[in-house]
Amino acid sequence: MLRFITRRLGLVLLTLLISSVLIFLVTQILPGDVARAILGRFATPQALANLREKLGLDRPLLVQYGSWLMHYVQGDWGLSLSTGEPVFPLVMTRLRNSGMLALVAFVMYVPLGIILGLFSALRRTKVFDQVVSITSLAFIGLPEFVTGLVLIAIFAIGLNWLPSSSAIRPDSGFIAALPRLILPGITVSLVSLAYITRMTRSSTATVLETDYVRSAYLKGLHPLRVLFTHVLRNSLLPTVTVIAVGIGWLIGGLIVTESLFSYPGLGRLLLFAIQRRDLPLLQAITLLLVVVFSLSNLLADILYALLNPRIRYT
Amino acid sequence: MTDQATVFQAADLSIGYRTESGLLPAVRGASFSVHERECFGVVGESGSGKTTLAMGAINYLSENGRVLGGSSRLRGQEITSLRRFQMRRIWGSRIGMVYQNPSAALNPSLRIGEQLCEVARRHLGLSRRQAGEASREMLGRVAMPDPVAIMQRYPHQLSGGMLQRCVIAMAMITRPELLILDEPTTALDVTTQAVVLDLVAQLTKELDSAVLYITHDLAVVSKLCDRVGVMYAGEFFEQAPVRELYHAPLHPYTLGLLGCVPRFDPEGGKHLLASIPGSIPRLDRLPAGCIFAARCPFVQDRCRASSPPLREVRPGHFSACLRWDELPTAAEYARSTPAVPAHKEERPEVLHTVEIKKSFPPTERLFGSGGRKSMSVRAVDGVTLWVRKGNTLGVVGESGCGKTTLLRVIGGLAPRTSGDLLLDGLKLEASVQRRPRKVLKMLQMVFQNPEASLNPRHTAGRAIARPLRLLAGLSRREARGRVSELLQAVNLPSVFSRRLPEELSGGEKQRVAIARAFAASPRVILLDEPLSSLDVSVQASLVNLLCELQEKNNVSYLFISHDLAAVQHLSHWIAVMYLGILMEWGDAEDVFAPPFHPYTEALLSAIPVADPDIRQRPIRLEGSVPSAANVPSGCRFHTRCPRKIGRICETETPPWREGRNHHSIYCHIPLEELKRLQADTIARTTKGDS
Amino acid sequence: MSDPGTASPSRGLSRVLGRLRRNPAALAGTVVFLFFLLMALVGPLVAPYSFEAQNIAQRLRPPDAAHLLGTDQYGRDIFSRILAGSRGIFLLSGTGTLLAAFIGVSLGLFSGFYGRLWDEVLMRILDVLLSFPPLLFALLLLATLGPSPLNLLLVISVLYVPMLARLARSTVLDLRTREFVEAARIRGERDLAILFREILPNAMGPILVEISVRFSYSIFLVASLGFLGLGVQPPSPDWGLQINEARSFFATAPWILLFPAGAISLLVVATNLMTDGLRQVLQPGSR
Repeated sequence: MLRFITRRLGLVLLTLLISSVLIFLVTQILPGDVARAILGRFATPQALANLREKLGLDRPLLVQYGSWLMHYVQGDWGLSLSTGEPVFPLVMTRLRNSGMLALVAFVMYVPLGIILGLFSALRRTKVFDQVVSITSLAFIGLPEFVTGLVLIAIFAIGLNWLPSSSAIRPDSGFIAALPRLILPGITVSLVSLAYITRMTRSSTATVLETDYVRSAYLKGLHPLRVLFTHVLRNSLLPTVTVIAVGIGWLIGGLIVTESLFSYPGLGRLLLFAIQRRDLPLLQAITLLLVVVFSLSNLLADILYALLNPRIRYT
Repeated sequence: MTDQATVFQAADLSIGYRTESGLLPAVRGASFSVHERECFGVVGESGSGKTTLAMGAINYLSENGRVLGGSSRLRGQEITSLRRFQMRRIWGSRIGMVYQNPSAALNPSLRIGEQLCEVARRHLGLSRRQAGEASREMLGRVAMPDPVAIMQRYPHQLSGGMLQRCVIAMAMITRPELLILDEPTTALDVTTQAVVLDLVAQLTKELDSAVLYITHDLAVVSKLCDRVGVMYAGEFFEQAPVRELYHAPLHPYTLGLLGCVPRFDPEGGKHLLASIPGSIPRLDRLPAGCIFAARCPFVQDRCRASSPPLREVRPGHFSACLRWDELPTAAEYARSTPAVPAHKEERPEVLHTVEIKKSFPPTERLFGSGGRKSMSVRAVDGVTLWVRKGNTLGVVGESGCGKTTLLRVIGGLAPRTSGDLLLDGLKLEASVQRRPRKVLKMLQMVFQNPEASLNPRHTAGRAIARPLRLLAGLSRREARGRVSELLQAVNLPSVFSRRLPEELSGGEKQRVAIARAFAASPRVILLDEPLSSLDVSVQASLVNLLCELQEKNNVSYLFISHDLAAVQHLSHWIAVMYLGILMEWGDAEDVFAPPFHPYTEALLSAIPVADPDIRQRPIRLEGSVPSAANVPSGCRFHTRCPRKIGRICETETPPWREGRNHHSIYCHIPLEELKRLQADTIARTTKGDS
Repeated sequence: MSDPGTASPSRGLSRVLGRLRRNPAALAGTVVFLFFLLMALVGPLVAPYSFEAQNIAQRLRPPDAAHLLGTDQYGRDIFSRILAGSRGIFLLSGTGTLLAAFIGVSLGLFSGFYGRLWDEVLMRILDVLLSFPPLLFALLLLATLGPSPLNLLLVISVLYVPMLARLARSTVLDLRTREFVEAARIRGERDLAILFREILPNAMGPILVEISVRFSYSIFLVASLGFLGLGVQPPSPDWGLQINEARSFFATAPWILLFPAGAISLLVVATNLMTDGLRQVLQPGSR
C-alpha cells in the first residue's frame, strides 16, 4: 500500500513538473513586452533594456524557468505587474475565499447528489427516477452564468431574499460572508450535482443487479442492511473518483461564477491577471490551480485504493 | 423411502415474466417434491426454466416475474402467498442457496467472516462472538485450511474452489431444511468439482437437509442425486429414481439427452452420438400439443393433438410421453446410431512438436506494480508430440496445465521460447506473422468462445469468405459459391451467410467458426475447447459434425479440452498434460485403461460419468496446482501425487516408461506395478453391490 | 446481389430507429439537435434581418410582430442573431470537436494497438494535459494567443484530444485481446488490416458516443468563454457573448439575455439527451 502511494506521488510530481514547464513556456509567448507594459509606450530603448536586465528577462529561457520554479516552491511568487504587490499573500487571500465558496458548494452537492442518485436507482421504474434522470441531464447542460442569472433574477431581484452581488470584503470571515455565498454556491453546485447524481445512480443500479446483492437478499437479511452493507459499500466507490474529477469542473465553474457574482476569489483574480497581462500573477495562479487539481485526483486515487479491498490487499 | 418426510413440495407451479412482447410462461404446471436426506436433481439445458423454477418456488422473483398459479410448500407451509418480509425469515435460515459463480455471489468489499457472521446473527440470534465461533466451526466442516485466517480474507484472495466452500458454509450455517444448489460446480476445475460434490453429499447426510440440485450436467446428477427431474422449455418431461432414469428413461427427450453424452465405455465400440435436431421452441410461440413434437423421433399424430400431462406411469416414475411404454432403453438407443470405425493403421505424421517450451517473463511495466514474481512462468516446459494424418490428438488437463498456451504456440499466436515445430516436414516460424501464406493455409484454429471468436460487425458470409480470399486466393465470386458449400457442410442454410453473430445461437456461431476453419482446406485444425460453453445436445451435434468433416476431408485435429468424455469420443490419440509437460501419451483406448499415470487416474476418478452404476474410487488430490513460476523439483506432480513412492519422486525426474503401441507414462513406478495397484479404480457395480 | 460483408445500412438504421422510439427523451433530443443544425445551415438565409443591423430607434423592444424575439440595446433583431449564432456554434464547436476526434482517435488507436514505448510516452503526455482543469487550460491558451476564431478552434481541438485519445486507446486495448482478432491473425491478416477492418468497426460505438459528449462540452465551453469575454469577439452573434452584453439590461429587458441563454441550454440538453440515446443504441447493456 505504501508502495502504491509513493509511486502515485512520484507520478504526480513528475506531471506537475512538466505542467509547470508548459505553463512557463505558454506564458512566455504572451504578446506584449513586459518591460514595455511597465514603462509605457514612450520608454526609451535603453530604459527598456535596463529594466529587462533587472527583471532577468535577458537570461536564457531555461535559467529563467529554473529560477522561477525555485522561487515558486519556496513561496516567493514575485510581484504583481499591475499592482506591484507581492503575489503570494494576494493569491492566498483569494484562495481562501474561493475555498469558502467551494466548501459551501461541496457541502451542498455531494450529499444531495448521492442521496438523489441512490433514491433514483432504488425506484428504478418509477416516475421519480425518470424525473431525476432528465433533470440531471438538463442541469449538465446549463452553464453557470445562465443558472446564476436566473437565480439572481428569482431570489435576489424578484424575492429579495438574498443579495445579488457577493462583492464581500476580501478578508471578511466565513460567517459574515455566508449569506453572500449561498447563491453563488448553488450556482456552481448545480452542474456537479447533476454529475454526482448520475454516477451514483448508474453505479448503484449496476450493483443492485449483481449476484452478491441477490445472495444478500436470499440470506434473508433486512433490506436496510443489504443497502448499507452490501450495496453502498460497492456503489459509492466510483462516486469517489467522480467527485475528484469534478473538482476540475468546479474550478472552471468557480471562475465563471465569481465573475458573475463579483466575488473576490481566485477565479476573478485570474481573469484580472489575463486582462492585465500580469505574468507573475497568471503563472502563479495557474500553477496553483493545477497543483490543487492534481492533489485532489491523487487523494481520490488513494481513497479509492483504501476503500477497495481488491486494490488494498493485492 | 416412503416414510421420509416431505420437506418441499411444489404443485402445479406456473411462473411467468412480463416483457415488452407480453407475458412469457417460463414455467408451466411444474410439480415435484424433495424429501429429507434426499437429493433431487433438476436437469435441463439452457432455456429449460430450471433456475426460474427454483427462484419461483422459493418466492424470489425479479420485478417482472410472478407466480401465475400453483403452490409451493415448505414442510406443509404455503409460501407462494407470503410477503417479502415474511419470506425473509425463511430465506437464509430454512432455505439455503449456493450459486454458480462463487466469486460473484460474495460481496467483494466484505471479509468472508463478516458475510458468514451476518447470517448467523440474523437468523440464529447469536452475539458477534458466538457468530464468529459458529462461522469458524462451519468453515472447518467444509474442510477449509486455517479457518481463522480465512475469516479475515476478502473474496478476491481465495480460489474458486475455496470460495465455493465458503458459500456452502454460508448456506449451511443455519442448518437449513432445504438446500438449493444452482450449477455450483460449473465454474470449477474437475478435481475441485469432485471435492465440492463430495462435501455436499457428506454435509447433507450429516445435517438431514433436503437438496435441490439444478444443473445441465447429467453426469454429476447421476453421482449425487437420488431422484431426477428432466425439464424442457418450462415443463417437466420426466421424473424418476436416478438408476431407472439412466437405464430406462421413459421420455424421448431424456433418451436423446442421454444419447448426447459421450458414453464413457472402456469396452464398447464407438458410436456416433445421438443428437436432437431442431432447437428449443420460443416461450412466446409454444406449439399446441406436446412441445417436443417437432424434434421427437417417436412422434405420432396424437402427440400434436394435446399436451400430455406428467403422470405416474410406474411406481415413483413420472412421464409426460404418450408412448412411454414403447421406447427403447438407453443402451439400445445409444447403439442405434451408426458405429464409428476404429482407425488402427499407422498413418504418416503431419504435425510434430519437439521439446516446445514457452515461458513468460515476470510482469514488468514502466510505472507498474513492481515485480512480485521474480521468476518467469514456465507455461509449457518441453512438450514433444505428433499428430497423424486424418487423426485426432486430444490433449487433456486442468486449467493451468498449459494446454491452451501449447495450442497458441503451435498456432503462432504466442511465439515459443524454444523448440521446433514441423508441419508436413516444414519448419514453422515461431510467430504467425512470419509464416508464409501456404503454411497458414495448412494450419487453422477454432476457438473456445463462439461469442468472441466471430467479429460482431462481420456477417457469417464475410467471416468465412475472408480465409478463402486471403489464403486460397479465390475471387469474390468464387468465394461466394464456396461459402454456400461450406455452410451446407456444417448443416447451416446458405441464407445464414448474411447473418450477424448476434442473430445466431451459440451452436450456430460455432458452426460458422468451424466452416471458417475449414474454408482454405487446411491439413491440421487446432481446436481450443470448442464445446465447453454449449448445451449438451448442441455439443453432441457438433461432435458428430467434427467427426464427419474429419472423415470427408481427411483433416487432423489437435483438440484440447478438460471434458474427458468428449476427448475420448473424438480422439485417436491422447496426451495428458500437467504443469507444462506431458504425463501420459497413447492410443485413446490405452490411456483410459490401466495402467494410468497417477494424475490421469485422479482425473478419471474425479470426472463424474453419466452412469450411476459405475463406481469411481474417489481419489482426491491434496492441495492445489503449484504455480508455473515455481515448478516442483523432480517429478513435478510429487506435491500432490497419491502414489508417491518416496524421495526419488522429489529429486529425480521420472523416465518415460513405454508399453505396447507407444503407450508411454512418465512415472517412477513401473507399468506392471501400476496396473496391479489400479485394478479397481473404475469398476462397474451390478445391482446387488453397494 | 453483392454481399458486402458488413452489416447492411438498412438493417442498422431500422434497429437504431426502433431503439430510439423506446426512449422518447433521446428522440426529442435528437430532433431538437437536428433542428439547430438545420438553423445553422440555412439560418442566415431565412433570417429577417442581418445580425449586425442596428436600429437605435427600435432598441429594447419586447417580442412583437416585427421582431419575433425582440431587439437588444442596439436595436438588433434577437431572432436573427440567434440564428446567426447557431452557425457559429456548429462551425466552431463542431469543427473543433471533429478535429480533436480525428487527432485523438488516431493517436489512441495506434498507441493502443502497438503499445510499448510510444504508448507510455503518450500516456504521460496525456496525463499532463489532463491535469489542467479544462476552462483554466482554455483561458491560459487564449490569454496567450488572443481570442480569434482560429485560436478558439485550436484551443478546442487541443483540449479534447486527450480524452478522445484515452477512450480510443482503452477501447482498442480491450478489443485487441479478443479472440476474433486472434482468428484474424491466424489467417494471416496484416496489422493495419486488423486495426482498420477488425478493431475499428467495433470501436466506433464508444468513440461516437464520446465525440457527442465532447461536442456538448465544447458548446458549454465556447459559451462560457464568450461570457468571460475571451471567446468570440463582438460584434459576433455568439450566444455567450450576447448574454454578457445583456447583463446590464437584465432588469429592464430580460429577453435580451433569456433567449440566447435558452438557446444554449436547449442545445446542450438536446445534445446530452441525444448522446444518451446514442449510448443505448451503440452500447446496449450500459445504463
